Amino acid sequence: MKFRNILTGLLASVAVIGTACAQTPVKIGMITTLSGPGGYTGADVRDAFKLAMPDGKLGGVPVELLVEDDALKPGQGKQIAEKFLKTDGVKIFTGIVFSNVAGATVPDVVDSDALYISPNAGPSNFAGKECHKNYFVVSWQNDSLHESAGQLATNLGYKKVFLLAPNYPAGKDALTGFKRFFKGELAGEVYTRLDQTDFAAEMAQIRAANPDAVFQFQPGGLGIAFLRQYQQAGLQSKIPMVVSVASLDATTLGAVGEAAADTNLSTHWNTDFDNPQNKKFVADFQKAYNRIPTFYAAQAYDTANAIGAALKATGGKTDATSMREALRKADFQSVRGPFKYGPNQHPVQDWFAAKIEKGADGKLAIVTKGKILQNHSDAYAAQCKL
Amino acid sequence: MILVIEQLLNGVQLGVMLFMLAAGLTLVFGVMGVINLAHGSFYMFGAYGAAIAATHTGSTILSVLAGLAAAAIVGMIVEFLVLRRLYERDHLDQVLATFALILFFNQATSLLFGRQPLFTKVPPMFTGSVTIVPGLEYPLFRLVVIGVGLAVAAGLYVLINKTRIGMLLRAGATHRQMVRALGVDVRMLFTIVFGLGALLAGLAGIMAGPIYTVQVGMGEQILIMAFVVVVIGGIGSVRGALFGALIIGVVDTMLRAFLPAFMRMAMTGPEADALAAGLSSMGVYLLMAIVLLVRPKGLFPADA
Repeated sequence: MKFRNILTGLLASVAVIGTACAQTPVKIGMITTLSGPGGYTGADVRDAFKLAMPDGKLGGVPVELLVEDDALKPGQGKQIAEKFLKTDGVKIFTGIVFSNVAGATVPDVVDSDALYISPNAGPSNFAGKECHKNYFVVSWQNDSLHESAGQLATNLGYKKVFLLAPNYPAGKDALTGFKRFFKGELAGEVYTRLDQTDFAAEMAQIRAANPDAVFQFQPGGLGIAFLRQYQQAGLQSKIPMVVSVASLDATTLGAVGEAAADTNLSTHWNTDFDNPQNKKFVADFQKAYNRIPTFYAAQAYDTANAIGAALKATGGKTDATSMREALRKADFQSVRGPFKYGPNQHPVQDWFAAKIEKGADGKLAIVTKGKILQNHSDAYAAQCKL
Repeated sequence: MILVIEQLLNGVQLGVMLFMLAAGLTLVFGVMGVINLAHGSFYMFGAYGAAIAATHTGSTILSVLAGLAAAAIVGMIVEFLVLRRLYERDHLDQVLATFALILFFNQATSLLFGRQPLFTKVPPMFTGSVTIVPGLEYPLFRLVVIGVGLAVAAGLYVLINKTRIGMLLRAGATHRQMVRALGVDVRMLFTIVFGLGALLAGLAGIMAGPIYTVQVGMGEQILIMAFVVVVIGGIGSVRGALFGALIIGVVDTMLRAFLPAFMRMAMTGPEADALAAGLSSMGVYLLMAIVLLVRPKGLFPADA
């Protein structure tokens, strides 16, 4: 027993000396959704983030990535954040995919003088009055993702559109955003459940309303069931669909195949964007993981590089003040091309129209068509006083 | 009117899917006294087996057989390796062990087949839709699901009421100790019941593949509803499971379809939709609470 105690003591001291000699890696806490139907989104976030740190370094600074699964449960996200903050002393957080998890988790993080850099969720309540100096969003503000789809529906000349979204913060942001930029009238508005798999009741309502087009926000695995049932109900050939890329990413497309053909969508990034950083990312991702990256992956890659650029600028210092200054400069190569933040530290970016078409290899792919919105910020930026 | 008929069909279709899961669940609980949370995993294995066989062979019959085999084989292995040790333990141990099985199976599935959902087509012979009344076209595959579900219900009725095994099942559900005391090979009976339950869950999974999404964790989404069905129908009663499932399926669908319009008449603004969405997802649980208040043993108790 005594020998054992001595041994543990020795080992512990060796460990302490060891870490003191080498540069202590900067801990990055990643809370993301890895299990359940939406699990592929978190897997893409994690894998792309790791892709940006091949030698365990970001911006030349050694980092240690701690990954935990929130299982799409807000309470679990909050618990993980507490553990990261108190036990592991994490100062930089990222990873959350779903807005309801972000809503419960982010306030604790930013109030503890740690930084949160979002690779996906951008709920409206954190973008306006309640914006926080420690809170950065690399992806988009939720509304603007769907504002672009609303603008696309207007551009395509649809007069009467039927709207569907799950009943959770991002679902409400989605419909608000769409309505803000869609100029026609609404044929109906339905909130579904976030764990819903059968949309037969909604299909019947769509058929009865007979709109010019359908806009739906069904993120993660939900979009798969929706698109497939839309086809089975015979609606695909009758009523066109306009969505944002969140309802129809590369993984969803792989799972639904023909059921998504000819769908119009709006996006801020696509695999076919012609810039060196994106070409490198898409090629590296496919080589490393043997699948097509989704926009979740692209955003996480940008997030990792944004953190990397900031760490490089601070020389590895992670105190909130210097990191904030460095992050705000956004001095990194985005896979989307030029990148900058608005006053509320959410991106100002271009939005593009895209369509599901057969690519050169005969497989259905998301093909970029043209620009919908330029230098588009979000509706809440003006309310944010930082 | 057409909309009501269509929603009714949707409700029945959801109902028969729930029935196939709930029938196994209620039998296993009624006859064996085991709470099996991992029942949803058999549903998932059925769906994965069928989806993978369909991509490799392209044959509908082979994919159905593969799905059934996957669910039944995993079911028997689980019964043999895990549940046999749990029959005499209390329910908390059973819940813990079968919950662990869920985690284990989900992780194993994502390791083996990845997190990306699998693609399954509707079998070519069942694609397209049928005109039921003028103006109402209904997907043929969903009608097939209803047909299969009702056939399963009829088959179970015959099995339980007209055969010797069925007699033992009924006796096992109500007087377990007595059946044992009479020298029936309870072990054998348990394996049959468990295998049957897994088989039905697998069948539901096979049919769910082309409609819903074949992905890790698909079983847990539907399992909660199946438990509600079991409680409403009466634990251990297959008849209860059938009626419970149809009631839940129809009530859930109808609430989702018509409550928003109803709420919009009563109040204005976007709150109506959000409130209706909230209320309709509570609906089946409210129904369960009411049934438990009025008839604590469920609508069709096994020993009635």
